[in-house]
Amino acid sequence: MTVTAEPTDEDKASYVAAKAADARVNVELETEEGMTLNIGPQHPATHGTLRIVAKLDGEQVLWAEPIMGYMHRGYEKLVEMRTYPQVTTLVNRIDWLGSFANEVPFILACEQLMEVEAPERAQYIRTVLHEMGRMAHLVMFLGDMGVQIGALTPMFYAMRDREFLLNQIESVTGGRFHPNFDRIGGVKDDLPAGWVDETKRIMKKMASFCDEMEDLLLGSEIFQQRTRGIGIIPAELAQLYGLSGANLRASGVDWDLRRDLDSPMAWKHADFKVITHVDGDSFARVWCRLQEVRESAKIVTQLLDDLPAGPIMAKVPRIIKVPAGEAYVVTENPLGQMGYYVISKGDLGPFRVKIRTASFSNMSITPWLLRGVYVPDIVTILGSLYFILGDIDR
Amino acid sequence: MIRLSSADTEAPDEAIETDERREAQLAEITELVGDAVVESHIDPGHELYLRIAVDQWKSVHRRLRDDLGYKFFEFLSVIDWMPSPYGKSEDATADAGVSVTTIDDPGEMEQGYAGGDSRFQLFTRLVDIFAGSQGVVIKADITDPRDTDEPQAQSLIEVFPGANWHEREAFEMFGVRFTGHPYLQHLYLPGAFEGNPLRKDYPLLARQVKPWPGIVDVEPMPEDDDSTDDDSTDDGAEGGDES
Repeated sequence: MTVTAEPTDEDKASYVAAKAADARVNVELETEEGMTLNIGPQHPATHGTLRIVAKLDGEQVLWAEPIMGYMHRGYEKLVEMRTYPQVTTLVNRIDWLGSFANEVPFILACEQLMEVEAPERAQYIRTVLHEMGRMAHLVMFLGDMGVQIGALTPMFYAMRDREFLLNQIESVTGGRFHPNFDRIGGVKDDLPAGWVDETKRIMKKMASFCDEMEDLLLGSEIFQQRTRGIGIIPAELAQLYGLSGANLRASGVDWDLRRDLDSPMAWKHADFKVITHVDGDSFARVWCRLQEVRESAKIVTQLLDDLPAGPIMAKVPRIIKVPAGEAYVVTENPLGQMGYYVISKGDLGPFRVKIRTASFSNMSITPWLLRGVYVPDIVTILGSLYFILGDIDR
Repeated sequence: MIRLSSADTEAPDEAIETDERREAQLAEITELVGDAVVESHIDPGHELYLRIAVDQWKSVHRRLRDDLGYKFFEFLSVIDWMPSPYGKSEDATADAGVSVTTIDDPGEMEQGYAGGDSRFQLFTRLVDIFAGSQGVVIKADITDPRDTDEPQAQSLIEVFPGANWHEREAFEMFGVRFTGHPYLQHLYLPGAFEGNPLRKDYPLLARQVKPWPGIVDVEPMPEDDDSTDDDSTDDGAEGGDES
């Protein structure tokens, strides 16, 4: 492990070769095998910096390979050097649109190891914020999906209505994107005065936003032609690749951890539908996410209706030491399943944290999925898989 | 040999918790691939941990997938159980209660649930969606503790195609070679990156104390100046009435 050692000639040679390979990909336009198309790293469809190298035969993709790492920040190494309360600040940045939802599985894993359970009110507040994070995330997705096929209008509607959600999240947590609000044993603060009524009003607005989008975007003939029957993922293969969230449910797998997993969070007190679709194509994935916004609005309204009174923090020591052990907690996050495998040695900080992010597994199917599709469909397929680069690269 | 350890055998004075669902799950798995299971552990109400022989890594996964329906591939990764020789951070000694490890005394290597006796452990988690989404964490020791440079394991890519990127990540971060992987290249890191960053003996340079490269304190600090001028250090420390 010589990090600071001088590179040998051999290393230099391999580095030059790697660079040459990269360069060749950029300039090699027409060969006998076909043309190389380089998409990204900066492309609106990539939600960050993702590069896709596709080998084309005419308009058809022979193979495509995503090239990642432009945003790798090494969170699994960084959290080993931090104390438990410091970790939430970091993990907020993994899936930046999911904000609060990133913190939840980690905190739950710590609570499981410490055998602490947050009070009921805290669980309700967590779940409400988790769902609002999901809605803000998916509303953004719906607007963005319009942009992928060249329709700008849905984006403006989405941005307008997402603002209501972000304002509500901000007025509780103080942060629009990185709340850092979840604590081991509860949440940082109680809800501000008048927040519950205002949020309920906004949930009604979100339901009407879904109606609007259903007409404007999903009802559009162009949109349907661009997405129906495109990028079909079979249910069996989706499982083997570890796809989760709406991508899996759009392939007909009826699996939602909010309903199926016994979690301390308050989902069990709400009555909601798990949305599935049988088609497994791009349209099904968009449709599922749209309906999920509706269901989330229902969950939030129900939970706010019977929000219990009481404390928002359990009794936890001031200096948090997590007993030795291992815990894996996974929750249904906006992009799919996000889990933290926390290994503790009884210290102030974790020994090792494996972060299982949804986008990483969701994206790993792209080399299979993009084979044989036409070039314009690359963008709609990637858009409908919906990933956040920070969630892939960690 | 099958050693089964569960929570009640380990901590008899705790409230006896049994997890019948996971006991049944374990019984089902040991019936199928019992000869490969080295050790198991049940965290009641939470998780089932298995440790299997590494030479049957692929076949166990294949049988769990085909015969028991563990079709959902959650993740694959590696644990480096070696205590970090660098401690927690630059100010590790100041953190109250942290068991500070220094380079001289890295502490004992101690594996987690389901035991183990090697530095690197491979682990995956599989889920059976249609059996109440029950999951299982499968671990395997992948090296003899004496030779840690080139840990090897079978690639799962034929069983779970989703293991592709997970194995590439484990390869670059821990230096584990997966035999049978068709394209074992760096996933995140640049091609010529040296070292395996998630190994415990790879320092996180941003958190190491680096000496200032230039000359430190060309002139003495003003306080030092005063105290050297005054010979009586006691008066100098109180200081206020003199100036």
